[in-house]
Amino acid sequence: MKQEARAPSEKRGGGQNTFSYYPGCALKSSAREYDISARLCCESLGIELRELADWTCCGASSAHATSDVLAVALPGKDLHAASEAGYPLVTACAMCFSRLKIAAHETADMATRTLAGDVSGNIVPVMHLLEVIDSRLASLVPNKGLAGLKVACFYGCLLVRPKAVAIDDAENPQVMDRLMRTIGAEPMPWAFKTECCGAGLPLARPDIVRRLSHRILLSAAAVGADCVAVACPECHANLDMHQAGMGGKHGGEVRVPVVYFTQLLGLSLGFSPYELHLDRHMVDPLPALSSKGLA
Amino acid sequence: MFVCHCGTNIAGVVDIARVVEAAKRMPQVVYVSDNKYTCSDPGQGSIKNAIGEHKLDRVVVSACSPRMHEKTFRKAVAQAGLNPYMLEIANIREHDSWVHAFDKEGATAKAIELVRLAVAKVSRDAQLHARQIGLTKRALVIGGGIAGIQAALDIANSGHEVVVVEREATIGGRMAQVDKTFPTLDCSACILSPKMVELSSHPRVTLLTYAEVVSVKGFLGNFEVEIRQKARKVDHASCTGCGTCWQKCPEKVKSDFDLGLGERTAIYIPFPQAVPPKPVIDLESCRYMKYLAFTASGAEGKKPPQCRICEKLCPTGSIDWEQKDKILTEKFGAIVVATGFKTFDHSAYGEYGAGAYPDVITGLQLERMMSASGPTGGEVRRPSDGAHPKTVVFVSCVGSRDEAKGRAYCSKVCCMYIAKHAIMLKEHDPEVQSFVFYIDIRAGGKGYEEFVRRAQEEYGAIYLRGRVSKIYQEGRKLKVLGEDSLIGRPVEIDADLVVLATGIEPSTGVVDLAQRLSISYDTDRFLVEAHPKLRPVETQTDGVFLAGVCIGPKDIPETVAQGSAAAAKVAALFSQEYITTDPMTATVDLMKCTGCMLCAQVCPFKAIGSQTMRDGKVLANVNESLCKGCGLCAAACRGKAIDLRGFTNQQLLAEVTSLWQ
Repeated sequence: MKQEARAPSEKRGGGQNTFSYYPGCALKSSAREYDISARLCCESLGIELRELADWTCCGASSAHATSDVLAVALPGKDLHAASEAGYPLVTACAMCFSRLKIAAHETADMATRTLAGDVSGNIVPVMHLLEVIDSRLASLVPNKGLAGLKVACFYGCLLVRPKAVAIDDAENPQVMDRLMRTIGAEPMPWAFKTECCGAGLPLARPDIVRRLSHRILLSAAAVGADCVAVACPECHANLDMHQAGMGGKHGGEVRVPVVYFTQLLGLSLGFSPYELHLDRHMVDPLPALSSKGLA
Repeated sequence: MFVCHCGTNIAGVVDIARVVEAAKRMPQVVYVSDNKYTCSDPGQGSIKNAIGEHKLDRVVVSACSPRMHEKTFRKAVAQAGLNPYMLEIANIREHDSWVHAFDKEGATAKAIELVRLAVAKVSRDAQLHARQIGLTKRALVIGGGIAGIQAALDIANSGHEVVVVEREATIGGRMAQVDKTFPTLDCSACILSPKMVELSSHPRVTLLTYAEVVSVKGFLGNFEVEIRQKARKVDHASCTGCGTCWQKCPEKVKSDFDLGLGERTAIYIPFPQAVPPKPVIDLESCRYMKYLAFTASGAEGKKPPQCRICEKLCPTGSIDWEQKDKILTEKFGAIVVATGFKTFDHSAYGEYGAGAYPDVITGLQLERMMSASGPTGGEVRRPSDGAHPKTVVFVSCVGSRDEAKGRAYCSKVCCMYIAKHAIMLKEHDPEVQSFVFYIDIRAGGKGYEEFVRRAQEEYGAIYLRGRVSKIYQEGRKLKVLGEDSLIGRPVEIDADLVVLATGIEPSTGVVDLAQRLSISYDTDRFLVEAHPKLRPVETQTDGVFLAGVCIGPKDIPETVAQGSAAAAKVAALFSQEYITTDPMTATVDLMKCTGCMLCAQVCPFKAIGSQTMRDGKVLANVNESLCKGCGLCAAACRGKAIDLRGFTNQQLLAEVTSLWQ
């Protein structure tokens, strides 16, 4: 009874500053710049991220396609560890977020909980880093506003679907747009915020990935965006790494830098582009940023 | 005691002879007979005869539900000279033979028990007398749309005074915004305007536009209603409606009547045929009002212009800046609620652009464009660049039949107006190609299905069964992605204009009004009728009637029919000199009442007030005109001070104890 009486803002992480942090595999490898920029931003904003001890794979892309039990049991183990630690669990990866939050959602049901083995007791809330920062927008004062920077916020699929675990509206989400507005950038209204980037197909069917991602980038370019901001390492890989191979029979070439929202937030908080590893992308965002006097 | 066979309905299950035998042995029962159909003329005659012959002073009828024939038998008993309330009904049909058809033995035993209960109760029946109260033969109609207009005209033509209260500056409602009507393509304004004028010039009708109902007190026949006449800042008594002011007013704002597509001035009439044809000043946008607000706030900086051009130009000096909101208190005998609807706000659909694309419009907006007196003078033009659209896509069920948006219900008129739009677009411009995405085509109504076929076959509208998943701007075109579920393929259409068939929802503020009137509304905020089949324009509150779309989505002919139906109910009520009230109401024993007023809190009909006794004590007081005899107060009363006439505690206790005697 007492536990339920907690203020909702605190439940959503608004009132507290310490979180268990689940980086996930991508942020430790191909998306290191996301991890680094996320940690820099959080430190600067007074958010303490404690990396979850002995975290294991969230099961993304393969576990839930192979086994219902594994799909819950793998993230279940991490949920259990987070619940032992007692802090809300935050992750920056959209895939990890989806797996962890779905596991938390499914294990609300006792039968599944038993199935997943060691998940027991109260489960801490699972949050995406965007939600944590969104709850602090009122107190966020940028060091250097990103005035003049037109950003197309790309949410992809996993942050906003399915509804039970979504952090925002599936068709016209606003949470990243709000953040961009707060740090002085101009979030562009556009229609491809939540379209499919091609997800896990870059190796098996790169043609599909290029076609889908190309449409997204063309649309971002059409509204005049200087860059696309993402919150998912897979979206980033598809939109950024495959850009060189896009165009051809599907229409014109397109060059739009794709950056993590944490990198833009980091810039506004005063970090240099190099500290934020903005030079690690395939499509160099630095010309676009320096033309606005931001790099 | 009269036991009814109800043909085989009861006798087919219950052994009537055994019930009769058992009844004969019950205390105080002096006469028992059975009848094939007790409700028939001979059946009722046998009751009357027996009362005379055997000097009966109370009667039990063992038959169907009292909801069915209680009134019939009360009348029969009264005709034989008894007080009509000296009658009880043992329901051995709905409560017994119908539900225990496969257990004849048990059903017969239960019938005997039910009869025993009724005998116990009837022996404690007291003589009750209906009261007569006077009534004000004057009706209030809330809402000046076609439902309200029709109701008001019919009531007025039956000889009674009517006051119509309309929130907007003109009557006419949604129908005034419509260009043509399906399936005959009659000009909406041409059939509505004469009715609007007839209403405004009717000697028995008082029109209060720009006014709202503030509070409602009283009960059937005797309502007291407070109405706020909002300040128009124009004296309508002297204004001639010459139009100088609204032609010269320099402040332009978007017109609500044209749904944001056109402009109006700060002093305005909503549309040329408005009734009354006299303007009001919109306080939000008037420059002088802004000037006054600025001066009053004491803020620094440049003052807005004083303007007052309308005042300078008005030939009759009718601009009255001092005019304030006025509260009028009026007495009415009946109220008709006809508050209508508004259309769903499609900004909830992110996939359709959340209202951001100028060329994604609603059906009602298209209607305004098609209207000769509309913002484009009757030409269909894209709001973005004024071009004539050639490819038009209609999306049905936007905010209807969509549980994800909290709108599970069908808005009923959209299928038909889409077909109408497809036909009219082709008539406006033969080069137009319409595509219609639909879930089902609902065209129930006289000539409706044929009309939809015409849109498809003669006017070439292409109907695609499936939903639109996304709309986005691509250059000057709108890309519409959908599915043709009949061939199972995705469809992409490059459209010039997309028309969303936005659904119908109740008007803003209808919940507040319903609470003021003590009438109920459903989860979609539509008002609830007393019975969905048999009392479609009445409410649970006597004297309050409903008409039109405030009850649920419907088209113009149905709305008009309901307006007339509500008027007929009002006229029937007003044909009486007095209202006879049911005497089966709650009554307070003032010796026992402690004045805790718990009863007033539980009463759903606001029938319990307080009364101050000579010694200063404040005790409960039942308004018998409002009391429905539901008994909640009797159950809630801690001191057993409240009793329900006809269902006294003593009677109920007697029924229960009779079961083990």
